[in-house]
Amino acid sequence: MDESNESTITRREMIAATTTAVTALAFSGMTGVQATSIQHTVPLSLAQVSFTVNGRAQSLNMDTRTTLLDALREHLQFTGTKKGCDHGQCGACTVLVNGRRINSCLSLALQHQGDTITTIEGLGTPDKLHPMQAAFVKHDGYQCGYCTPGQICSAVAVLNEIKAGIPSHVSASLLEKPVATNMELRERMSGNICRCGAYSNIAEAMSEVAQKQA
Amino acid sequence: MKTFTYERVNTPVEAAAAAARTPGAKFLAGGTNLLDLMKLEIEAPPHIIDIGKIGLDKIESTPAGGLLIGALVNNTDLAAHSIVRRDYGLLSRALLAGASGQLRNKATTAGNLLQRTRCPYFYDTNQLCNKRVPGSGCAAIAGFSRQLGIIGTSNACIATYPGDMAVAMRALDATVETVNAKGAKRALSLDRFYRLPGQTPHLETILEKNELITAVLLPPPVGGVHIYHKVRDRASYAFALVSVAAIIQKNGSGRVAVGGIAPRPWRVEGAESLLPSGAKAFAAQLLTGARPTKENEYKLALVERTVAAVLNEANH
Ligand SMILES: Cc1cc2nc3c(=O)[nH]c(=O)nc-3n(C[C@H](O)[C@H](O)[C@H](O)COP(=O)(O)OP(=O)(O)OC[C@H]3O[C@@H](n4cnc5c(N)ncnc54)[C@H](O)[C@@H]3O)c2cc1C
Ligand code: SF4
Repeated sequence: MDESNESTITRREMIAATTTAVTALAFSGMTGVQATSIQHTVPLSLAQVSFTVNGRAQSLNMDTRTTLLDALREHLQFTGTKKGCDHGQCGACTVLVNGRRINSCLSLALQHQGDTITTIEGLGTPDKLHPMQAAFVKHDGYQCGYCTPGQICSAVAVLNEIKAGIPSHVSASLLEKPVATNMELRERMSGNICRCGAYSNIAEAMSEVAQKQA
Repeated sequence: MKTFTYERVNTPVEAAAAAARTPGAKFLAGGTNLLDLMKLEIEAPPHIIDIGKIGLDKIESTPAGGLLIGALVNNTDLAAHSIVRRDYGLLSRALLAGASGQLRNKATTAGNLLQRTRCPYFYDTNQLCNKRVPGSGCAAIAGFSRQLGIIGTSNACIATYPGDMAVAMRALDATVETVNAKGAKRALSLDRFYRLPGQTPHLETILEKNELITAVLLPPPVGGVHIYHKVRDRASYAFALVSVAAIIQKNGSGRVAVGGIAPRPWRVEGAESLLPSGAKAFAAQLLTGARPTKENEYKLALVERTVAAVLNEANH
């Protein structure tokens, strides 16, 4: 689907337009007095934030409530990052902020003033896949693909965390450098849920990348 | 989510002063608990004070040989810090047993301490909940209470404090340091930091309005074997049904705090002299006065057995 064509209406805009029409119809049934008195009772609160996404500086003025996830998807059209649960439970929204993975749904865009953000679109391109993307393709690390951008961002960060010596719940020793064993990878990826159950293939893809890096 | 105004502050006192200016304002640290609750409109602050860039993100040794952990240090950095891993392994283990890698990167020390309960009725805004709406009633007591508290609870609320980090900090005798809008500082020992619910379950700590947590102080390390044993419904990424934070010395003496059973990390210093006599005697003393529901009385046995497993592990 070509999402860059400005003259076509996306499905989302279509739904938004329909909702507006229905609302207008409902209001026109009211008396003039009531209809004109309907307005936002709570004024919207707007604020400014600047950060870098996938190498490009961005500056946004938006509703203070906007999460980083919604800023990426709805304001900047980086729709690779997915909205799953929107409560930090599923990991579909995982992105890298200053090199570390976070759930973009549980962060206000405003919290990221000056930050450097990398989404799945910034890791690699269809012609030049990131090694982790290539490994997911090779090992069938997905079925429906919805959780995949989050899984891949998380997987890239996990290998960096292991390299940096950050221990995990399953590390036998807190003092020795952790190794990318299957158990370590599975524990560290537990914040990314895959309802198709591609877990074992994801772990294999990650193992391959870890071995190549070593 | 309800609309709110937003401001960034640069220093701890500025943060406290900003809170004093706007009634109902909330500090935003990592945001992983507050935003979650704001999306559900369980929290609806009219004003957000973003403290993410006020510093307080360092871990420093103190002249007395302890460790001062800044309020904004994230959970990953704290768990991975070399001194914490070496001398306060219990704390690393508790942190690593909590949440996910993504969340630990964002969650802060102060935010973690102040995370709110996971009682399912607190989260479901269609249900009665004294913690969410004071005086409305408690749907949990006659409801599904399998995950909820067995001790320290009241007839107004049986919720638990859900976190892991604070359970370890309780066993480590941590102190919470704060500052208010006038710049006055306080040091609050963790054993009295969390209130029991009584008739006011919405009041969860002894922090005053607008008081900002600046750090957590750990006393000098006490050695021993450090074990955090978390029992949960999944092997990873789930809150504790019961967790045991223990420091056991060679002679069998030790300290034990328990999570997942009470409105605060549950430690009874007076029971610890019984540790050398084994889990049964210790657990009986620790849980004196427990008032479980039919659905969660299994936690009485689970505490004893988890302590037994921990003592066994410490002896090997
Ligand atoms: C899916 C999921 C699973 C989780 N699993 C676990 C788990 O297994 N174990 C566990 O322990 N936790 C778990 N958590 C909870 C997590 O640990 C907390 O959300 C996190 O620690 C909160 O830290 P934060 O910095 O994001 O806090 P915020 O959300 O920013 O703040 C939380 C509260 O603290 C207040 N606050 C923050 N900083 C200060 C300060 N310096 N002074 C005064 N007040 C302050 C805020 O105003 C707010 O009321 C889980 C969370 C999620 C979403
Ligand atoms: S146990 Fe506490 S938090 Fe849960 S519904 Fe009752 S009052 Fe609310």
